[in-house]
Amino acid sequence: MNAAPAINATRFDGRNPADEHAPIRISAQALNFYYGQFHSLKNINLDFHDRQVTALIGPSGCGKSTLLRTFNRIYSLYPEQRAEGQVLLDGQNILDSGVDLNELRSRIGMVFQKPTPFPMSIYDNVAFGLRLYEKLPKSELDGRVESALRKSALWDEVKDKLKQSGMGLSGGQQQRLCIARTVAQSPEVILFDEPTSALDPISTGRIEELIEQLRSEFTIVIVTHNMQQAARISQFTAFMYLGEVIEVGPTNRIFMNPTVRQTQDYITGRFG
Amino acid sequence: MDAPNTIRPAPALKPARIRGSRRVADRTLRIACLAATVLGAFVLGSILLMLIVEGARGFSPLLFTQPTPGPGSEGGGIANAILGSLVLTGIGIFIATPIGLMAGTYLAEYGRGSKLAEVIRFLNDILLSAPSILIGLFVYTLMVRPMGTYSGWAGGVALAIIATPVIVRTTEDMLRLVPGTLREAGVALGAPMSTVIRSVTWRAASAGIVTGIILALARIAGETAPLLFTALNNNSWFSPDLMGGVANLPVMIYQFALSPYPNWQQLAWAGALLITMTILLLSVVARFVIKPQRAR
Repeated sequence: MNAAPAINATRFDGRNPADEHAPIRISAQALNFYYGQFHSLKNINLDFHDRQVTALIGPSGCGKSTLLRTFNRIYSLYPEQRAEGQVLLDGQNILDSGVDLNELRSRIGMVFQKPTPFPMSIYDNVAFGLRLYEKLPKSELDGRVESALRKSALWDEVKDKLKQSGMGLSGGQQQRLCIARTVAQSPEVILFDEPTSALDPISTGRIEELIEQLRSEFTIVIVTHNMQQAARISQFTAFMYLGEVIEVGPTNRIFMNPTVRQTQDYITGRFG
Repeated sequence: MDAPNTIRPAPALKPARIRGSRRVADRTLRIACLAATVLGAFVLGSILLMLIVEGARGFSPLLFTQPTPGPGSEGGGIANAILGSLVLTGIGIFIATPIGLMAGTYLAEYGRGSKLAEVIRFLNDILLSAPSILIGLFVYTLMVRPMGTYSGWAGGVALAIIATPVIVRTTEDMLRLVPGTLREAGVALGAPMSTVIRSVTWRAASAGIVTGIILALARIAGETAPLLFTALNNNSWFSPDLMGGVANLPVMIYQFALSPYPNWQQLAWAGALLITMTILLLSVVARFVIKPQRAR
């Protein structure tokens, strides 16, 4: 293994500079998370800026995905999991018991590690979220589906087969379909949980470009195991280890000048 | 190969001997397996052959147009029994499908990890293997005695009780095969669990669930014991009134096969062939339904 810094600085430095003055969209405050007895997130304090991509990196089991899963409270599907503390979305604590989870989840979209197309047509996949709460006329629905597919860079590939099953697409196309499904709902935040770890390099490149484009409209949080990916597409990076945030800052700085030894060791591949 | 004058090291012989004994063991087991398979296939084959030979002799279009003849008389068919069987299995599956589907869905989706679900699953497994004659007696006590008459309704209910656990089980199994991430993806879009179940999980498992229903249909199509106590029989034409005994193939076969009249015996054979072919057809259809899902 090459011990030199794994990241080529020219690939990200200056291309998408972090905007540290961007308003804060999500703010985790004194957040703790438990799987039954296991204390998985320990006193997390972390801010996510509006229309910026924040990457969560760290070794397996460090709690990155768990943190992501508190933001749309998807963990509440499993009774033994619970979160304590605060997660503020535009100032409102989404961990409050009175929060309407379905409404919350339509404001915070999520894309998973494995593509999860529903067993229905491409069109119906994208329209799924739109049909939940609104009764849109056909023409408007068509327009919203098209727009979502365009934003997800999938339109040209599927415009002639919208009635075909979404299961018939390639892995990379399925993942973009899932992104389109999320984008169609016009959420404020999109959570990506290792969205490219099941994809080939070309599909991965397309998804990364896509995330870069989506940043102009959405606040993005991405969990990734791939540090080059974090460096390429994120403005902010948070390094997590054993359920704690070790270091957070503009991606540029985290990769070039990490202040904590553990961050440096992880980034340069000495452990993890 | 004989290499002259080369002294082989002694240990080399030992593995060879072991290999020899292993070969014998291998061959023995293989022959035993083959024999067992042939025996099983032979028994099944002879039943089918006998059924086809005897049943085909009595097969005629009249079977489907004439009702069962009186004792000792010639001619006649089994049209009333065919129609009655269709109606009874129809009632059975019509009652069992929604209950089975809902209960299976509860076990797989809502009841995960709950004590209640565990108890229901356990009871369902018992019901699944309960002797069908018990179910016949149960419905007899529950419906036939209070109503004072054998009835088609009672027969349908008895068949439903047999079909339900089959559908519960297959529905639960098929829903469990649906990856959890698919549910999470639906929920993550802000869909209530009920919507996710209706438009995502059920759809993803539809081929398996339909197969389960078809297999349940095949199972109750040939049930005799529960009908003996409930629908019994009726040697006249089927009437729309299900409040009386209703002719059906299994009980007809049971009664006619044991009768001393050659004509009745002949009709029993024909009915048995018809039921077997129907069940075979249902099983084949079930295989075809599940196939596209496997190919994916």
